[in-house]
Amino acid sequence: MSSESRSPWFLPIIYVGGLIFGFGLAISGMAKPEVVLDFLQFEDFGLLFVMGGAAIVTGIVFAIATRSDRTAPLTGSSYVRRVKEFDRNVVVGGSIFGVGWGLSGICPGAAYASVGIGNLPILWAIGGMFLGAYAQGYWRSRQADSDAAVAPSD
Amino acid sequence: MSELVPLLALADFFPRGILPYLIGGLLVGLGAATIYLSTGIIAGASTFLESTLSYVSDVPRFNRFKYVQSRGWRLVFTAGIVSGAAVYVLVSGEGMWTTDVQWWRLLFGGFLVGVGTRLGKGCTSGHGVCGVGSLSNTSFVNVATFLAVAIGTAQLVQALGVSP
Repeated sequence: MSSESRSPWFLPIIYVGGLIFGFGLAISGMAKPEVVLDFLQFEDFGLLFVMGGAAIVTGIVFAIATRSDRTAPLTGSSYVRRVKEFDRNVVVGGSIFGVGWGLSGICPGAAYASVGIGNLPILWAIGGMFLGAYAQGYWRSRQADSDAAVAPSD
Repeated sequence: MSELVPLLALADFFPRGILPYLIGGLLVGLGAATIYLSTGIIAGASTFLESTLSYVSDVPRFNRFKYVQSRGWRLVFTAGIVSGAAVYVLVSGEGMWTTDVQWWRLLFGGFLVGVGTRLGKGCTSGHGVCGVGSLSNTSFVNVATFLAVAIGTAQLVQALGVSP
């Protein structure tokens, strides 16, 4: 999908999708760390309906879209499922994410939405997420020295 | 009176009710579906971290083609998420809101979230919503792992008397 083939509606529809996504996170309360922590401490199981409800919608949409041979109208891309290869990192990364989520009550999408509800202390968490993403990217770039030959874009 | 008993038990599990959670979840799915149906893109929220780092860092990992190519629309997606929540504040009349969770929990927790989602190939939206919606075994394993570890961590933090 090159940027040349994109429809002028590409960025507006991404924005609208994000808007609905963020509105949903706000109304569900998931943008509030307290609500997530209440769930993890078994005091409020409502979050099951957030993840469950969202996964049922995407599940139905993915199932129907991937059965058709149509392509996405704004990009011409074909519809595929989100299936990532399994390796040890999926479990190690999931565990590290779990410790972070359990400590802070914050995950990436919910943290962005939390900014929108005026929660400025959440910037601590977003700053932490960027530091963490940078640390793992730096470390893994060092691990794969051969990749260092790839020239940066700017 | 006796028919009220199961309702009361249910209310114990859902002190804030179920409806806001369910409506919120359906909208989160609808937002992801809107992007998917029109562009074919499966939007997770955490890749934004790496792709945005490509603007300011020359670490090769952040400058891989897929990140540099997608960083523009990922910024727009995130701006949409922030504004969607702001729209909710405006239309709900609930007002702005800030967390009481202590800054060090947010910072260190956020750091681990940043490491873990990138190492584990996704977060609550990528694996939890889109991966589970794709019936991906990788995502089921990731979600089961982070849920179990997060529950253990939150319970431990609570048992240690850290609050909020």
